[in-house]
Amino acid sequence: MAGTMSSATLPKKTTVQSATAKKSNRALSYVLPVAVLLFFVLGWWLISHFNLFPAYALPTPADVVKSFGEEITSGRLYNDVIASLWRVAVGFILSAGLGIPLGLWLGQHLHARQAFLPMLNFFRFLSPLAWIPFAILWFHIGDKPAIFLIFMATFFPLVIATMSAVSTIPAIYFRVAHDYKYKGAELLTKVTFPAVLPQIITSLRVSYGISWVVIVAAEMVGCQDGLGYGIWEARNGLRLDSAVCYMVVIGVLGMLIDRLLIQFTKLPNVRWGYER
Amino acid sequence: MYAGVMKDNVTTRLILENVSHDYGSLAVLRNLNLAVMHGEFLVLVGPSGCGKTTLLNILSGYIKPVSGNVQINGIIRTVYQQDGLFPWLTVAENISMSLRDVKDKSLREKEVKELIALIHLEGFENHYPHQLSGGMRQRVELARVLAGDSDILLMDEPFSALDYQTRLRMRYELVRLLSKRKRTVVFVTHDIEEAAQLADRVLVLADRPAHISKELKIEAARPRNPTDDAVIEATKTILGELGLHSSVIKEL
Repeated sequence: MAGTMSSATLPKKTTVQSATAKKSNRALSYVLPVAVLLFFVLGWWLISHFNLFPAYALPTPADVVKSFGEEITSGRLYNDVIASLWRVAVGFILSAGLGIPLGLWLGQHLHARQAFLPMLNFFRFLSPLAWIPFAILWFHIGDKPAIFLIFMATFFPLVIATMSAVSTIPAIYFRVAHDYKYKGAELLTKVTFPAVLPQIITSLRVSYGISWVVIVAAEMVGCQDGLGYGIWEARNGLRLDSAVCYMVVIGVLGMLIDRLLIQFTKLPNVRWGYER
Repeated sequence: MYAGVMKDNVTTRLILENVSHDYGSLAVLRNLNLAVMHGEFLVLVGPSGCGKTTLLNILSGYIKPVSGNVQINGIIRTVYQQDGLFPWLTVAENISMSLRDVKDKSLREKEVKELIALIHLEGFENHYPHQLSGGMRQRVELARVLAGDSDILLMDEPFSALDYQTRLRMRYELVRLLSKRKRTVVFVTHDIEEAAQLADRVLVLADRPAHISKELKIEAARPRNPTDDAVIEATKTILGELGLHSSVIKEL
């Protein structure tokens, strides 16, 4: 009886679409965004071609492509990309490495949560840019102020997201954990942490987005290189073609890294968090 | 390997003596006396909110009663209504939670394999709970509590979240598993037919503070069909006791 049951009750993902329909759907998912991009560039070209804006206020697509070539051959773009990626990586890893454990701890202790939540919220709503004067006074010029600003921008949202994820873990998991004698550090690493991992991955993606936005502002004031500094310098030299070229790099890199972070959501032991 | 072996010579698995419990000023249990024999299948039925779950929590040692004695002889495992499996662990990993004390890895793997075969889920070892149907998930829960050397199974409405036909199948499945691996069972349900089909002994609980209003022994051999005379007879008796039989509620 039970033998036949296993196959009969297995939820199969019924594919209503035929294989060819699926294939053309997949093709469309690439074709459509490319079409939108082409339209966008065409519109940009038309606007600049017919001089709707003065040439110094809106570079043409051709100018941008040309300045791309210059930045790449001079090696400056490459250096700036590496500098920005390094700062974001360090700031982000610092804030995740401290923020996630703190969030786990706060999530499990009601009184600690009551004590710290208002303060955490206060800092969360402070724009990281408000810290710029302190960043420069404390850390001068270089990687450190930028890393500090990234940390200040991502630490508080990460702590709060982790904390609220922990406090919404269904009670039944702790009940089962109690039955099977998970205690202390083991309870934390084998029950609490995996139970919130899907939400942690989501909040890492969100705060990575924040840090990528903040790096541009941070490098405009406290650095001598990096993508943000590149834009600042382009502005000083009234080279908007170069500024647009940096903007394109920032946007594309941000998307690519987010694609990388999405891969974490495909781990088999977190799929449950996204599929129900 | 463990099935049916009585490793300790206890005849009584659970004893409650004069157990009372309150939540604040709300009296939930009053002077409850109960003994569960080794190998017995005891079913508790009663209206919702009558304190069945509190009783199970006391039996499992999860909460301490306000007064009275609780004696537990053996290892207790609980099957929950739903979502008792850890969604981040595979079927095999969930089952091996019960074998955390078994140091020998090959022994552990052998036991998990045997249990997966027992519940007919070969090929699903590395699936995650969300990839299984509700019935399959409850079978994994059954395998988990049967794993290793558990003695007493507490079941808190384990099939009530399933559809009716799956529920019927799960009753046969439970009887079959228990014939392979003998355990003492305390089963809580509000499903009277389920009680009549599975129990050696049914205790009908009456409303707060919960007390046993009726004790009923059912001798018929298992597996029983819902349409067997003994099951129908027992169902009638329980319905009557709960005031749900037409002969009792005519006046409505």
